Formats: sequence, structure tokens, C-alpha cells
Amino acid sequence: MLSGYPRLRAILLRIAQAVPVVFGVVVISFLLTRALPGDPAVYFAGVMADEQSIEQTRIALGLDKPLPQQFAIYVGNLLQGDLGQSVSSGRAVATDLANRLPASLELTLTALLLAVLVAVPLGVWAATRPGTWVDHLCRIVVTAGVSLPTFFTGILLIYIFYYILGVAPSPLGRLDFIYFEPDHVTGFYLIDAALAGDWETWRGAVKQLMLPSITLALFTLAPVARMTRAAMLSALSADFIRTARAAGLSGRKVLFGYALRNALLPVVTTLGMVFSFALGANVLVEKVFAWPGIGSYAVEALVVSDYAAVQGFVLAMALLFVTLNLVIDLLYTVIDPRIGFVSQ
Amino acid sequence: MTGNSNRRDFMKMGMAGASMLPFLKAMPALAQGSDTLVVVTGQTINSLDLHRTGTSRASYQVGVNCYDRLLSFGTKEAIGGGFSYDYQVIEPELAESWTVSDDGMTLTFKLKPEARFWDGRKVTAEDVKWSFDRAVSVGGFPTVQMKAGGLERPEQFMAVDEETFVIKLDQPSKLTIPDLAVPVPYIINSVEARANATADDPWALDYLHMTPAGSGAYKVLRWNPGEQLVYERNEDWVGGTMPAVKRVVIREVPSPATRRALIERGDVQLAFGIPDKDAAELADKIDVFSTPVENCIHCLCPNFAFEPFQDPDVRKAIAYAVPYEDIFQAAAYGRGLPLWGDDSPIDDIAWPRKTQYYTDLDKAREHLAKSAYPDGFEVPLSISLDLASWMEPTALLVQEALGKIGIKVEIEKIPGANWRTAVLVEKRLPLHLENFGGWLNTPDYYFFWAYKDGHLFNSSNYRNEEIEALVDATLHMPMDDPAYAPQIKRMFEIALDELPRIPLYQPALNVAANGAEGYEFWFHRQLDVRPLKAT
Repeated sequence: MLSGYPRLRAILLRIAQAVPVVFGVVVISFLLTRALPGDPAVYFAGVMADEQSIEQTRIALGLDKPLPQQFAIYVGNLLQGDLGQSVSSGRAVATDLANRLPASLELTLTALLLAVLVAVPLGVWAATRPGTWVDHLCRIVVTAGVSLPTFFTGILLIYIFYYILGVAPSPLGRLDFIYFEPDHVTGFYLIDAALAGDWETWRGAVKQLMLPSITLALFTLAPVARMTRAAMLSALSADFIRTARAAGLSGRKVLFGYALRNALLPVVTTLGMVFSFALGANVLVEKVFAWPGIGSYAVEALVVSDYAAVQGFVLAMALLFVTLNLVIDLLYTVIDPRIGFVSQ
Repeated sequence: MTGNSNRRDFMKMGMAGASMLPFLKAMPALAQGSDTLVVVTGQTINSLDLHRTGTSRASYQVGVNCYDRLLSFGTKEAIGGGFSYDYQVIEPELAESWTVSDDGMTLTFKLKPEARFWDGRKVTAEDVKWSFDRAVSVGGFPTVQMKAGGLERPEQFMAVDEETFVIKLDQPSKLTIPDLAVPVPYIINSVEARANATADDPWALDYLHMTPAGSGAYKVLRWNPGEQLVYERNEDWVGGTMPAVKRVVIREVPSPATRRALIERGDVQLAFGIPDKDAAELADKIDVFSTPVENCIHCLCPNFAFEPFQDPDVRKAIAYAVPYEDIFQAAAYGRGLPLWGDDSPIDDIAWPRKTQYYTDLDKAREHLAKSAYPDGFEVPLSISLDLASWMEPTALLVQEALGKIGIKVEIEKIPGANWRTAVLVEKRLPLHLENFGGWLNTPDYYFFWAYKDGHLFNSSNYRNEEIEALVDATLHMPMDDPAYAPQIKRMFEIALDELPRIPLYQPALNVAANGAEGYEFWFHRQLDVRPLKAT
């Protein structure tokens, strides 16, 4: 039926393949949260709870029912698109995620963009001059980037740019309290503010985004730069480059038109991986910069055994990565036409 | 107001209809002036309704600032600078006057006739009754706290007429009146709440979770969970002295280092609940209030379910081995009050009080030699990862000291989510650290929770028949009863001799101010923004 649209068919196939993965994630996240030590009923019954009020709380949370029944209820709700209620925030998990996921994504994507803007040219530069001071500079920057933990870099940047120099705004989250968040369209403040034409708020959001995204970018710089350098080195020593040079093509054309394009595949793959671990590394940056993101939400939910919130988080992440992998596969075909979709 | 509130809602809620731009330009200036204060805290406000299951401690401040109770406490100067609530002085909040019948069983309250909810409706006795019924019916923490004051069933509460509210008690108790001034029994606009209640949710827990409906000094202007809460003054408040500050912004900043940078720079005016270390280091630069938490003790608890600790000489050996001063300096940075080394006879009923123990390894060894375990034994010392800031240094010092007298200690770190279950509910930790503090500031109340068999904070499984009888006898007895003081002193004597809890020190709540004054400490350890002023 879809034979006329190979790309669409492949995409649908990929999505269908993701279903068992997502189901597995649902089962595992359910079982893992239950296996967590700690009793949410005791926690949520509060400081002065006696046995009776702990029992009342257990019933109110639905934790008195047997596990299979709890699971059936959970899956039933999921199928209706209901991720459940978070006990600690008292709101639907879906609402919480919709509020917090964009904050994390905005931070992570900005950081990745910054990292790519610096790392790819740096990698290319280093690859064209291996063994020179540029190469060493690249190596030093990269080593420093990975070896400094993000919370340390974060606090260091705050100390220098906010505390001593006073050029950065107060590290108070996504917007200083004097601004109002833009009307919710995408949840990305930069996009929403731009859509509303509210450039004052947009500038405010950019200022707040600066330090945390630099912190995260420093951390993600390393793999991208190293991968670019390695891929470029092998591309530059390939036969087709020698042929291109022999054919008298300009250095620029050889470097960017042939070598870089061929080196991009592993770089894009690395970017996908970096994106996933950057979302994880977010937690520490979020704590330092009071960023209301999904990492700190998940950690807080874990600490208090807030089952629905933890499960919702894991599921959202799983869906995100399924989508991400699909996007990366699609990017392959754009970068390198030799990779056919049908063959997958 | 909810987290999704947009600018339009914000404008509707009393912002002048003027364009946004002047406000944007004016806010930074106002933050320096007397109209707006910015407070940072590391804790998360997760609900605007204290009665809900799962509401975090930090959220109690909404109950304090946005709602009124019938009564409140007075103010006094605090140890460690600034002010503190005064347990001895009861002041009216929504009640204009109150009387207690001669048998102490009937309390009659006259409400302030001019009191209005935010929607303009008069506060009536019917609202008080509905709110109290709710507190004793929803279960969980509010119901337990109400019970402490003898308030257990809706039938005890009566709205006699519009302005007269009556409480009938089963037995007279000195704890009832103070229990009416804790955050729990606050008065809700019952008409608004009922209009938003459902058959499944008769107490409107879902509605009040996001939308407070009270008569208190501040309204919630906006709330973005996990980010900030903005209070705006209620200009028609009659519960007390009108607050000086029009708007208070509570910002959640999880990292203590970031909070410290903000308060030092003066971009925020108050940092609430800063670590002891920061308090000690900031004290010469800006205003730091380190108020010893009343009725709260950080303890080392030997569990009687673990055989060696049934031997009194073992417990005394530990009490003499503990390096109190080192712990006080390393774990609390000298913030709070020492609780050791006073062997004068017990002649007052102040609690917490200094114990007769001090660090003396020879004495410790003597006691251990007399015990059934002269060669020592091995025991795990359990601490909570959530409270690691004081528990970890304390545990390391205890480990080292006990090692010197032959007791081999291994430190066991328990994740925060398990801690309560393990230490308080199952009471299965042989040796552990504990930090109970009672809201109602009487020694009998502390003993009720921490020394009576089976009670939640008696994590040592301690049982002493005389203590049981003494606590039962004194719990509801007025403190000026001549029989009170002798029984309390006897309680102290037994508890400090038998040592089911070895007091280490009294912790402090640290608050740093840079541009704000009037901070007042409260037993609930949350920020009361009403007395704050900008400087």
C-alpha cells in the first residue's frame, strides 16, 4: 500500500519496531520502582504519622492492592494517555513533564549547538594540522572539558561571572523574577517569547541560559571534537581525497565538500549519544542553576519513591530516544545518499 | 493561580492595568526598595494545601502566610539574634476573644466581626467548623497533629452563631490552646471550597491544592511548582499587624553554593535554611540568625532491641566516649547549643537541658569493663543520606571514639526514602542518629513522642514503666500545677540515667539576611514572611 513511499513506509516500520521496546520499558520501570527500597506510604504520611495514618495513606495511594492489579490499573490508564498523578507535586505527571521537559530540552539543545559550533571547527582544524599547537590546544580543551565535573564548572562560572565580575545575571533559573514566562506554546522560552514578539523577555531568557548552557557545552565538547578529528583524519587520508587533490580541486572544496561530508556520519552518531548523556548530566547543572528541568524532577521523585512520576519520566525518556534514533537514521540518508532506507 | 497562569491572569489579579513595560523596568528598583523582597530556599513547595497527603514541609509556609488560625503566638527576642515566636504568649488571630470554661472542657471563641476572606465574604463560625472538621477527617499528618491537642472528631466543634465557635474537649489539656496556633488548624473559605468539592473529594483537596482560599495576610499571586511562589499582601487583613512588604518572591535554588552567592551579592534579601557551614562563614559579612530549634535534640540512639545496649554500663560507656565538642564543631560549626557537661542537680524544667556526661575515655572504659562486654563488640551505626550534612561527620567522630574503647563501629548509610521506615516505623537500627523536635514546646510533649514505648520517635524501643506513667500524668496537666515540675524533673532524671537517647547538641535553624529585617523563628521551621521588612 505504501510501496510508493519507501521513506514513509520505513518510518512507520521503525515506529512499529519501537512498540515492544516501549512496552518493555513500561514493565521494567514499573517493576524497578516497586523494587526500590523505601515505603512511599510512610514517607507521604508525614512527620508525625502513626500506624493508622500510614495505613490510610497506603490505601489513598492505591498501594494496598496486589502488584498485578496495580500494574493492570497502570497500563489501563496509560492506554488512555493518563500517566497518573504525582503524589509529591499533586498534579498529573503528564502536566509536570510538559512543564519541565522543554526546560531541559532547551538547555540541552542550546548546549549541544554551542558544543557543535566550537567542537566541529576545532576538530577539523586539529585534523588538518596534526601534531601542531592547534592539535595540542584541541586536546587540552577537550581533556579539561570532560575531566571537570559539571557542577564544579557550573559553580566556577557562577563564581567568576556572577559573583566576582557581576556580568552574568543571578543564577535563578530560566527567568529572573522580574519577567513573566511567555505564554505557553512550545514550552521553550526562546521560541515562545519570539512568537509573542516579547524581545525583552527573550533577552532575559537568553541571559539566564548562557552560563548553564556553557557549562553543559564544555562537558559535551570533548566527544564531538575528538570524533570530528578522528573521522577527519581518516577521511583526509582516504583515496578519494587524494584523487580530488590530484584532480586539482581547491583545498576548501576538498576539505569541506568531500572530507567533512564523509566525516560527518560518525559525528552525527556521536551527537546522538552525547545528547542522551547530556540529558542525564543535566541534573547537576539544573541543581546549581536552579533550573526547573526534568532531571531534578526525576531525582526528587526517586528520593521520595513517587512511583507515577518516576515511571512517567522513564517512559518519556524512552520515547524521546526512540524518536531521536529515528531522526538520526533519517539524517544519515540526507548526509550520505549511499545509505538507502529500503536496505534497513 | 496555577503554574500555567499566564500574564493575563496575573494582570487580572490586581496588577494595575498599565502596560507591562513600566512594571518590568520598575521591578528591579522595587526589589531594592521596601515593596518587594526576594527569598531563596533549597526546599520545594509542592502544594498550597497543608492538609493534603504528600505535602512537603516547605509547603507549610503557605498555611502560615496565606491562612489565619484562631490564635497565634507572641514574639520575643531570640538566642542567636533576631526574634522568635513566644510559646508562653497566646495572641488572637481570627478570634477576637476566647474563654475556657471552669472545668476546662469547653472553649468558646468570638470571631473578629470585621474579618473577611479574600473574596470579600465574612469569616463565620461555620467556616471554622468546616475547616476543623476537614483537619480531623482527612487523615495523615493534620489529623495526628489535631489529636495532640485533644481535637479528634467533628462532633467536638460547634458553630453556635455567625461569630461564636465552641470546642468541646474530652479532657482538659494544656496542649489544646497552643495546638490551635500551629499551622494545621487554619480557617478555609468553606463556601468557595465546597463549591469546588466533588463526591469523591468532599474536602476539596484537589481544588485547594492549587488555589488557596483563605483570609490570611498574603495571597498567592503566582505559583510555578519547583521554581517560585509569589505572595502579595492582602490589604484587608485583620489577623495582626499589617505586613510592611507588599510582595514577597520565594525562589527555589537547590544548590547551597548558588544560594550563598546570591545572598552575598545582595541580589536576594533572605536565604532561608542555609547550611551551618555557610552560616558560620557568613556571620561577619551579613546578618545571620542561627536560632536554636526549640524542643529539638540531635541524639545518638542505642536500640534496646540490640542485646549489648540493654546493659546500662554499655550505654554510659558510649555516653562518656562521645567527643561532644568535636561533633558540635565539625557537624554544626558551633551553631546551636551544646548539651553536655553539666552535673548540677536538675532543678528546673527547661528542655532540652545539658546532660551530666562529658568526654572522658577513662570513665568510658571503666563502665565498659563493668559491663557484660568488657572486650567490646561490633555494631553498625546507621545514618540517613538525606541528613548526611550533620550525620556523616558525627558518625565518623563517634566511630573513631568508640573504636578507642573497643566497640567496633561500621557506618551504614541509608537512602532517604528508606530512612523513616527503618528508623521510626520498624525501629530496627541497633545504633543510629536521630533528630526529633516537637512543635509544642513542653518537655512532656517531647517525652510523649520520643520516650514512650511504641511511639514514633522512640526509635530505641525503650520502655520504662515509670516514664510511661509520668508522661501520661503530665501530658495534659497545666505547667503551673504544683505536681507538674517534680514529675518532669523525675522524667529527666530517669531518661538521662538510662540513656535510650544520648543528647549530642541542640541544632540551629540558620537564616541569612542582606537587606531584610524582622525575621522571626517559628517552631515549624518555615518562613513566616509577615513580619519581614526591607532595609
